[in-house]
Amino acid sequence: MSVLDSKIPDGPLETKWTDYKSHVKLVNPSNKRKLEVIVVGTGLAGASAAASLAELGYKVKAYCYQDSPRRAHSIAAQGGINAAKNYKNDGDSVFRLFYDTIKGGDFRAREANVYRLAEVSANIIDQCVAQGVPFAREYGGLLDNRSFGGAQVSRTFYARGQTGQQLLLGAYSALSRQIGIGNVEMFSRHEMVELVNIDGKARGIIARDLKTGKLERHFGHAVVLATGGYGNVFFLSTNAMGCNVTAAWKAHKQGAFFANPCYTQIHPTCIPVSGDYQSKLTLMSESLRNDGRVWVPKKQGDKRKPQDIPEDERDYYLERKYPSFGNLAPRDIASRAAKEACDDGRGVGESGLAVYLDFADAIKRLGKSVVEARYGNLFDMYHHITNEDPYEVPMRIYPAVHYTMGGLWVDYNLMTTVPGLYATGECNFSDHGANRLGASALMQGLADGYFVLPYTIGDYLAGEIFTKSIPTDHPAFDAAEKAAAERINKLLAVKGNRTVDDFHKALGKIMWEYCGMARSSEGLTKAQAMLKQLREEFWSDVRVTGGANELNVDLEKAGRVADFIELGELMVTDALSRNESCGGHFRVEYQDEGEAKRNDQDYAYVAAWEHKGVGQQAALHKEALKFENVKLATRSYK
Amino acid sequence: MKFNLKIWRQKNAQAAGKMVDYTIDNINADMSFLEMMDVLNEELIRKGEEPVAFDHDCREGICGMCSMHINGRPHGPLRGTTTCQLYMRNFTDGETIYIEPFRANAFPIIRDLVVDRSAFDRIMQVGGFVSVNTGQVQDANNIPVVKADADLAMDAASCIGCGACVAACKNASASLFVGAKISQYALLPQGRIEAKERVLAMVNQMDEEGFGSCTNTGACEAECPKGISLSNIARMNREYYSASIS
Amino acid sequence: MSKKSTHNGLFSTLIGKKMLMGVTGIFLITFLVVHCAINSLIFFNDGGELFNEGAKFMGTNVLIRIMEVVLFLGIIAHIVDALLLTLANNKTRSTGYQYQKPNANSKWYSRWMGLLGTLILMFLIVHLKDFWVPSRFTDHIAHSELEKLPGQETLFEEMKEVFENPLIVILYVASMVSLAYHLLHGFQSAFQTMGWNHPKYTPIIQKTGFWFSIIIPILFALMPIVMHLGIIK
Repeated sequence: MSVLDSKIPDGPLETKWTDYKSHVKLVNPSNKRKLEVIVVGTGLAGASAAASLAELGYKVKAYCYQDSPRRAHSIAAQGGINAAKNYKNDGDSVFRLFYDTIKGGDFRAREANVYRLAEVSANIIDQCVAQGVPFAREYGGLLDNRSFGGAQVSRTFYARGQTGQQLLLGAYSALSRQIGIGNVEMFSRHEMVELVNIDGKARGIIARDLKTGKLERHFGHAVVLATGGYGNVFFLSTNAMGCNVTAAWKAHKQGAFFANPCYTQIHPTCIPVSGDYQSKLTLMSESLRNDGRVWVPKKQGDKRKPQDIPEDERDYYLERKYPSFGNLAPRDIASRAAKEACDDGRGVGESGLAVYLDFADAIKRLGKSVVEARYGNLFDMYHHITNEDPYEVPMRIYPAVHYTMGGLWVDYNLMTTVPGLYATGECNFSDHGANRLGASALMQGLADGYFVLPYTIGDYLAGEIFTKSIPTDHPAFDAAEKAAAERINKLLAVKGNRTVDDFHKALGKIMWEYCGMARSSEGLTKAQAMLKQLREEFWSDVRVTGGANELNVDLEKAGRVADFIELGELMVTDALSRNESCGGHFRVEYQDEGEAKRNDQDYAYVAAWEHKGVGQQAALHKEALKFENVKLATRSYK
Repeated sequence: MKFNLKIWRQKNAQAAGKMVDYTIDNINADMSFLEMMDVLNEELIRKGEEPVAFDHDCREGICGMCSMHINGRPHGPLRGTTTCQLYMRNFTDGETIYIEPFRANAFPIIRDLVVDRSAFDRIMQVGGFVSVNTGQVQDANNIPVVKADADLAMDAASCIGCGACVAACKNASASLFVGAKISQYALLPQGRIEAKERVLAMVNQMDEEGFGSCTNTGACEAECPKGISLSNIARMNREYYSASIS
Repeated sequence: MSKKSTHNGLFSTLIGKKMLMGVTGIFLITFLVVHCAINSLIFFNDGGELFNEGAKFMGTNVLIRIMEVVLFLGIIAHIVDALLLTLANNKTRSTGYQYQKPNANSKWYSRWMGLLGTLILMFLIVHLKDFWVPSRFTDHIAHSELEKLPGQETLFEEMKEVFENPLIVILYVASMVSLAYHLLHGFQSAFQTMGWNHPKYTPIIQKTGFWFSIIIPILFALMPIVMHLGIIK
């Protein structure tokens, strides 16, 4: 029997959530005022949770490392948000969204969580519209939809190419309102550096005020981590520069299990790397694949200009291999197909590590103005970065790390294995299995924050109404602050020769090479040794300038990279232990002519890792995945 | 490429700052401006000096975190871009580049090029929202919105809150930022209900934060990385007058 | 709203004060139209007959006399309000930029409205001393040739006399250049401040403002020139 209890309610899938809501424990309003909740991170999941909890009457404290909660990286999501509204009358339903998500995740997600996600998806759209989010509309004044990868219906709501921005600003506005009323105390430019654990329960955090370097103690009856994903472990990713795993990693070290860390999403449509100096990769929205056609030359090493390559010498490989989904094949599949084409020597551009995304047909069919209306800002962005005009020449794209499906293990209540510690949004592992479909991250972040956590957290807090606020001079706070301070001093004391970025780049190279789009037992084993060495080198040779008690960007980065290295080791361990290919996890040993070969017999489980000390082998706990409402099938998009 | 950099260095909010000269060589034309700054910082760290603190995050022009006044203009010489979307090919080899923080008393300097823009947050906190609690809502399509209005609202809503408008304005006015937010809600039926309270609260807060008045020079619009239109300021003014006298 | 708004009336905020600039600005623009129209009567070159007629109307009509008071109040309000706004705006950026390229994002005259206005005010003082004070507060000016008493002059004659001085002519012409630039920004800016911005009408306002800012100052500037040169007698 596993130590993991997912606490999935009994009953048929369709009524689990409704029944749960009817029976979950409640906290009466006068008690809510006495309960304090800490929310770390103010992206979609964090801002929506902080606002909703404050509306309910809890005393909320929210934290973000940016200068304003409005800047969290949810803001960069371009394409849209899925919801089973069936406004298009094209046969969508809650079940279909559920099924598409389960299948898209290559049958490695929990049925009950995903079904709940699909159920509340429609409420999200209602909520956002009421907040004044300016979604795209049709001439009749009603909401417009577009289609997205991995689905055959149009269920994606969007606000130009800035959907994430608009949804985040909606959540930020709700949060701002609560800050203004005084229900939320906001701590911007604060980074959580330690979790405070008292008698086995999460009771607070140590946060570093990034402006002054001061370590602060904050108590909460419960702590919610909404701190996003860990894609920056690869150094180059589409994540913002500041995105980090530190909060989640500290929680992991305090007893929260980390689930499926090897599930990383490599997004197929990013602007290719142009040089060593590059600091980040830029995503081109998946929505572009609605009208753009992906191709490479049929001939290897064809260096002709794209315009000079005649139609019959082009290989529209996605349309060829996946005729029913074509260019809208899911991300993991499209990424792998691009890698395959490039590995085959048919990649384009100077580096040969790119494929074309061509809009010539769309412009011919729809006219330049329609294409401009749909994708104008994306085209401009591409033009800015590459100095090439995508209206004239096809875009060059290549896969890049984009999202991490893995994260802190949570039960149906979104609670981690540490009582009172919750994880929402990309920070948890729960809804996307081994691959996330486009326009689903926004959906999950907001579902967790607006509609799930406000119910489920009450179940725990109802038992906390007699717990008085614990003063922050409690020995556990002393110990946590001491640990954080020691760590900072240790980083500053190394005074080695290599810069933090140097280590981060080295880490990224190892991860991309051995734990990226294609993984092998041999490579992963090699990576394990390399990472161990890198960790040791880091702690003996890193150079961090400046002091602890000031705004010190170098120090901030150093702390994050130290955690990334340890996480990297866990990712490799996880990838090595999963002897199958599924979704974003592709083990070259397990394939059917390039298609991922799952092993449902042995690996239909969630791998939740328990920390056993730095450099120690983490302990694996398995949560078996039961599929009662869908039939496990080979994921086919052909 | 090679550049002479003149960068504002200031240890903290209280310390006096000054321009410091740096030279940087072997810069690739396809580097972004911030990547050039990364290279400079790596060099400084190797030399044992403290790197230049600057705000940045998404590096794709949407989070609004990057700032910097580059060669006399917020976000540098290129129109319609944030600093992170600026490339070294937009400069000429051997050029001297002045790099300063956004300057306004409402945006106090924290360190080097990092400024505190929380005044924007405080303006939002008094009225930049629709007062609707989670779950208190009707079906989304029960609120039809005229497409033209929705589009205008979206134009206004695309503001990234970077503060270039304030940095460019000779009066350090926040009118474009506040006007855009007020416009977004004023144009939508959802926002009309609280329109009066909102504009009064936000306009008062804007003054309280120490931003100046709008003189319609249009500098904000010209420097706005998202091209937010001056018409939003006019709309704010209209909303304000009618709210004040009614 | 979260915070009970503590609003102290229309003019308590900078936007309210700007509105007063806009209102008075538009009012002063209408004054310019009237003033320019009446003065342009000299171009009939009839020895000032029509012009004196117009001046008489302006000097005796009750409504106009009331409006004259309103006009002065308007000018004073425009100036005082500008001072208040400038004082407030001077407090918004204690440390300036080391290097700035303001011309990259705005027109110089839009940034120098205060200076242009001050130049116009200085001109106004000279101008009022030369014409308005004698015609209102002395009995030196007669309404027409027929009503002229010994020692009196018509306003037209007064003009000829004043504009004999080339320095005055230069001052007038230079001041009209200031006025032109002040208007070039001020005309459309007033509409914008009032919130009258519309995709259809704003281009019309801007075009009108442009030509207004050129034509009116040119007409005014021509007056001293043609009189000095004796083209208008």
